[in-house]
Amino acid sequence: MRLLGLYVFLVISIGLGLLFPENYYVSVVGTTAFFNIILAVSLNLFMGYAGQISLGHAAFFGIGAYTSAVLTTSYGLHPLIALCIGAIITGILSFLLSKPILKLKGHYLAMATLGLGIIIHIILVQEEWLTGGPDGLSGIPVLQILGYDFDSDIEWYFLLAIIASATIWISLNLGESRMGRALRAIHGSEIASQTLGIDTSSAKAQVFILSAVITSIAGSLFVHQQAFISPDSCSFAFSVELVTMVVLGGLGSTFGAVFGALILTILPEILVHFEELEVLIYGAILMVIMIFLPKGVFVSFSELLEHLIKGRSHARRTTA
Amino acid sequence: MFDQFIQFLITGITVGSIYALVGLGFALIYNASDVVNFAQGEFVMIGAMSAIFLHMSGVPYFLAIIIAVLISMLVGMALEKLAIEQARNATVVTTIIITIGASIFLRGAALLIWGKDIYGFPPISGDDPIKIGNVTVLPQSLWIIAGTCVFVIGLRYFFQNTLIGKAILACSYNKKAAYLMGIEVKKMLLIAYGISALLGGIAGVLIAPITYMTYGAGVMLGLKGFCASILGGMGNSMGAVIGGLILGIVESLGAGFISSGYKDAISFFIILLVLFFKPTGLFGKSGMERV
Repeated sequence: MRLLGLYVFLVISIGLGLLFPENYYVSVVGTTAFFNIILAVSLNLFMGYAGQISLGHAAFFGIGAYTSAVLTTSYGLHPLIALCIGAIITGILSFLLSKPILKLKGHYLAMATLGLGIIIHIILVQEEWLTGGPDGLSGIPVLQILGYDFDSDIEWYFLLAIIASATIWISLNLGESRMGRALRAIHGSEIASQTLGIDTSSAKAQVFILSAVITSIAGSLFVHQQAFISPDSCSFAFSVELVTMVVLGGLGSTFGAVFGALILTILPEILVHFEELEVLIYGAILMVIMIFLPKGVFVSFSELLEHLIKGRSHARRTTA
Repeated sequence: MFDQFIQFLITGITVGSIYALVGLGFALIYNASDVVNFAQGEFVMIGAMSAIFLHMSGVPYFLAIIIAVLISMLVGMALEKLAIEQARNATVVTTIIITIGASIFLRGAALLIWGKDIYGFPPISGDDPIKIGNVTVLPQSLWIIAGTCVFVIGLRYFFQNTLIGKAILACSYNKKAAYLMGIEVKKMLLIAYGISALLGGIAGVLIAPITYMTYGAGVMLGLKGFCASILGGMGNSMGAVIGGLILGIVESLGAGFISSGYKDAISFFIILLVLFFKPTGLFGKSGMERV
C-alpha cells in the first residue's frame, strides 16, 4: 500500500515512454521533469521531513555537474567514476558544513544556505581556468553504463524514469523508517525530540548529506545528458525554483514534491506562448497558489479528497 | 596606498549607505509582520526605474523623484494588502515563497513596462568629481550618504516621538496586546510596508546615477539588504544600518585589494562567518529594543 503511488508513477512514466517515444513533450519535457522530480524529492527529505530550509541546493547540483564535466573532458575519466567522485566531494563538503549550518534555524538557515549557494556560483563564474567561466564547459562525453551509450532523448527518458523512481522509493521508505520518524519529530519540535533521546543534530546532518549527495548525482547526470554546463544552471534562481517545487506540491509529502516538480516543468512550457507576460504570470501563479493553498496543491487536494471519502462513508453509516 | 584606501573607503560608505536603507526596510517589515520580504530589492528597482522614465518623459527632475518614491510606496502597500494580509497564518517557508513570487511578479511587470534595456539617470548635482588631495569624491556619493543619515534619523524620530510610530512599535512587540490597547494593527502593518517600500524607493533614486539600472537590478540589492539586516541582527534597525555600512566597506576594500570578481562573494562569506560564530548577528542580543 505504501508503495502504491510509486507503482502508479512507474507504470505511467514507462507507459508514456513506450507509447509516444517521438513526442517532444514526452521525451524532452519528460526528461526535464524527471530531473526536477529527483531534485525536488531529495530536497523534500531535508525541507519536508526535517522541517529545515535550504536556499542553496543548486550549489550541490553545480558541484556534481562541474566535477563530472571537468573530470571527463580534461582528465578523460569514465563518466560513472566522475559521478562517484562528485558525489564523494559533495558528501564531504556537506558533512563539513552540516555542523555549523544546521545549528541555525529559520531565516538564519535560509541566509546561510543562500550565501553558500551564491559563493559557489561566483567561484564557478570566476575560476575560468577550471570551469570555463560564464561560458561554461561543452563537449562533455555521453554517459556509458556497461558499455552502453546513452545518446538519445528517449534512452535518457527511461534511465531517468528509473532513477526518479529509485529516489521516490528511498524517500517513501525513509519516511516510514526510524530515521524518518525521528526527522518528523524534529519537524514538530526540536526540543521535545531531544528530550525523547533523539540525537537531533546527527539526524539532521544525515538527511542533509543524503539530500546533497542525491542532488550532486543529478547534477552529474545532467551534464552528460546536456553535454554542456554553465553557471546559469546552478544559480540562486535555480535554488529558489527547487524550493518552490517542494513547497508548491506540499512540504513533507514525497508525491507533493513530484507534483510540484511536474507543475514547474510544465508551467514554463505553457507560459512561453505568452512571451513578454511570461515572468509576470509565473510570479502571479506562485503567489496565488501559496496564498490560497499554503499547504501546497497536492497536499491540499489529497486532504480534501480524504475528507470527502471519509465524510461520505460516515454519512452512509449514519443513514444505515 | 593610503589614498587608495581612503578612496575605497568612500566608495564603500556610499554603497553601504544604500545597503543600509534596503536593510532598514527589511528590518521594518520583519518587525511588523515577521516576514522576510524577498521583494525588498524590487522596491529599489521600481523607485529607480520610475524616476528614470518619468524624467525621460519630461517630468522635472525633483518631481520625478518624488513621484517615483511614492510609486514604490504604493507598490509596497499593495503587496501587504493583496498578498501578506491574505496569507496571515502561513508558515515561514510559505511567506518566503509568497514574497519571492511577488518579486518575480514585479520584475515581470517591470520587464513588460520598461523592457530589457539598461538605463542611466543624471545625478542630483552634476558629474564633476570633488578633489581632496589625491582622493576624488562624486557629488552623488555625498548625496547618498547625507540622504541615508537624514532618513535614519528621521525614522528614529518617527518611532520614538510620533503616535503612529509608537503604535507600529507596539505591534512589533506584541500584536494581540497592541490590538487590545485599541491600535489598528492592520493599518499599522500597511503603514510599515509603505515606509519600508518608501525607503527602498529612495535607495533606488539615490543609487540610479552611480550605477546602471535594469528591470533585474533589484535582486542583488535585495539580497545585500537581507545580508545587512542579518549581520546587524535580524529586526534590529540600527543594526541593519551598521551592518549595511560594514558590508559596503568590506566589499569595496575586498574588491580593491583582493579581487573585484569576488566582490559579492566577500559579503556572503562574512555573513557565513558571522552566522557560524555569532548566529544572532552583531547586535542581536536578546531583550534589545526592536525597530
